[in-house]
Amino acid sequence: MPPRPEVLKEARRLCAAFESEGAISVKADVLQPAGTLLDLYGEDIRARAYVTQDPIHGEFVLRPDFTVPVVQMHMETFAEPARYTYAGKVFRRQEEDTGRPNEFIQVGYEVFDGSDPAKADAEVFSIISRELRDLPIRAATGDLGILMAAVRGLETSEARKEALLRHVWRPRRFRALLDRFGGRVPAPSSRAALLASSDPFDGSFPEIGLRSRAEIEARIAALRVDAETAPISSEQIAILDELMGLRETCPNALSALRDIAVDLPSIVPAVTRFSQRLEAMVARGIDVTDLEFEGSYGRTTLEYYDGFVFGFYAIKRPDLPPVATGGRYDALTRQLGKGREVPAVGAVIRPEVVVTLKEQA
Amino acid sequence: MSIKLGVPSKGRLMEKTFEWFGTRGVKLLKTGSEREYAGAVEGIEGVELVLLSAGEIPRELASGNIHLGVTGSDLVREKVPAWEQRIAEVAKMGFGGADLIIAVPTFWVDVDTLDDLDAAAAAFRKAHGFRMRIATKYHRLVREYLQDNGVADYQLVDSQGATEGTVKNETAEAIADITSTGETLRANGLKILGGGPIHSSQATLFKSRTADWHGGNKDVLRALEDALRM
Repeated sequence: MPPRPEVLKEARRLCAAFESEGAISVKADVLQPAGTLLDLYGEDIRARAYVTQDPIHGEFVLRPDFTVPVVQMHMETFAEPARYTYAGKVFRRQEEDTGRPNEFIQVGYEVFDGSDPAKADAEVFSIISRELRDLPIRAATGDLGILMAAVRGLETSEARKEALLRHVWRPRRFRALLDRFGGRVPAPSSRAALLASSDPFDGSFPEIGLRSRAEIEARIAALRVDAETAPISSEQIAILDELMGLRETCPNALSALRDIAVDLPSIVPAVTRFSQRLEAMVARGIDVTDLEFEGSYGRTTLEYYDGFVFGFYAIKRPDLPPVATGGRYDALTRQLGKGREVPAVGAVIRPEVVVTLKEQA
Repeated sequence: MSIKLGVPSKGRLMEKTFEWFGTRGVKLLKTGSEREYAGAVEGIEGVELVLLSAGEIPRELASGNIHLGVTGSDLVREKVPAWEQRIAEVAKMGFGGADLIIAVPTFWVDVDTLDDLDAAAAAFRKAHGFRMRIATKYHRLVREYLQDNGVADYQLVDSQGATEGTVKNETAEAIADITSTGETLRANGLKILGGGPIHSSQATLFKSRTADWHGGNKDVLRALEDALRM
C-alpha cells in the first residue's frame, strides 16, 4: 500500500528538522549488492530481507535499511564530521503473518563525528526525542559497550573472550558458551576422546574438502589449551548475569554499574562513557531521572550496534513496531571501511507509526 | 460438497499412500491410462483424488487449493513459512521416514557437535576469507535451525542433487541433507553431526486450514476420519 499523504508529509517534516541540525540529505539505491549484507549479517538476513537475483550481477537485496549504504558512502568521502538524513522505503520480509507491513518509510539521522562520542550519542537521542515529543511513547536504552567491556575483562583466555564477543548478539549461544567456559556444563564426551587420543587421524578416512589438516590440527591444539584453562569463576559469571539482567532507571543503573565496576574494573571506561552521556543528555534538556536502562537491550536486533542503543515504543500499543530505534555502530564502520573506521551513531523514525499515534490522540 | 485429497503422483510414496488408505477401507486408484494423472476414491462419498508432485502438495495445502494432502513433513516445513498457521497435521503415516541432518567430512576429527561446527566456521572464515559453505536444498529448515542454535559464519549453497559429492568437489565444506541409512554419506567420506537431526521426517496426512470447509465439507472430513479410524 503506498504511503498516505499524512505519512509523506510527516517524513518531509522530519527530514527538514534533521536538515536544520546540519544534516545533508542523501539517497541510496533500492537494490543493494547482497554480498556486503550477507557478510555482515550472515544467512539470517535472508529471513528478514528480500534477496533477489540479477542474471548478470548476481544477488541483490532490496535495502532492508539505509545504515549500510550511508556508511559506505561516508567511508568513500570520509569528510568528518558529517551529518546525514534520508527518507525512503525499506523492505522487510515477513515470514510470519503478523500483519506488519513489508515495506515502510524510514527517516534517518546519522552522525559521523568522533570528537566527543558521549555528546554525539546525546545529540541523536535528544533530537529524535524532540521530534517525537507529546506522543504517548516510552524510551528504552542500553549500552552494548558495557557488556563487551565486561567480557574483555573476564579472567580467562583471549580465545574464550573472543568466542563470547563473537556471540554477544546471539544470547542463546552466548549463554551456552558461558555455561561451558564456567564449567557448569561439561565438554561433550567426543571432545574428551579426541584430546585423549594420541593420533586423532587414524587414517581410515579420505582427506576431503577445503579445510586442511593443518587447520584441524590448529583447532585441536586450541582445544588442548582450552581444556587446560581454568573455568571462569562463578563470581565473574554472577557479575555478568547481574549486568545482563540490569533493569533500572538510568541514574540507578549508573550507580549499580559503578558497584559492579569495583569487581570488574575493565568496564570503568564504558561506565564513564555512560555517565558522560547522561550528563550530555541532561545538558540537552533530557530528563533522565525515569529513563529506562536495560543491560541486555539491543542484543537481538539485526543491526550490529556496539555501544549506546535506544528505542521509542508506543505505550498502549504493543502491536505497533517501535516508533524509533537507534544506536552507535563504530564496529560496522570498521568492517565496511577496509582498514578505516569512524565513530558513528544514528537513528531512524517510522513516520507511519508517528502518524498513527498522532491520529489516535 | 466435495473435498480434494492431494497425494503423490508416482513412485514408492504413491504406492505406500494407496496402501495406507487401502488397509483402512478407503480405496485410492489411478484411472485412465498408465501415464495419465487422474484418480478416484472408493469407499467414501465426496472425496476427490488429486495426483500431484509431493513437492507441490505443501504449497497447494497452504493456499487451500486442496483440503487434504499427503507429503513429507520435511517438505511442509521447508516450503511453507509459519506452516502451522495454515496447515495442520492429521496423521503420521509411518513410512517414508528420513532424517534431515548436517554432515561434515569424517576427516574433521575435531567437529562432532554444533558448538564445534560454529567454532570451525569462525576459524574457516578467518583462514579462507569467506563463510563456510553448507550445501543443501532445505534452506529454510537449515537456516532456522542454525539461527536458533546461534551458529554464525556459514553460508548455504543450493544443491538440488548429488549433495554428498559437493565436499569432495570442493564446492561446499559441509552438507545438510535427508538420509535414511547414512550409507551414501559414509561412502562419500562424511559423518553426521551429533545432537540429533534437524528434523525427523515421515509421510504425513495434512489438512489445510485455509481451504473451504463450509457447505458440508466438514462432514465429509469427519466421515473420512471415521473411516480411517482416527
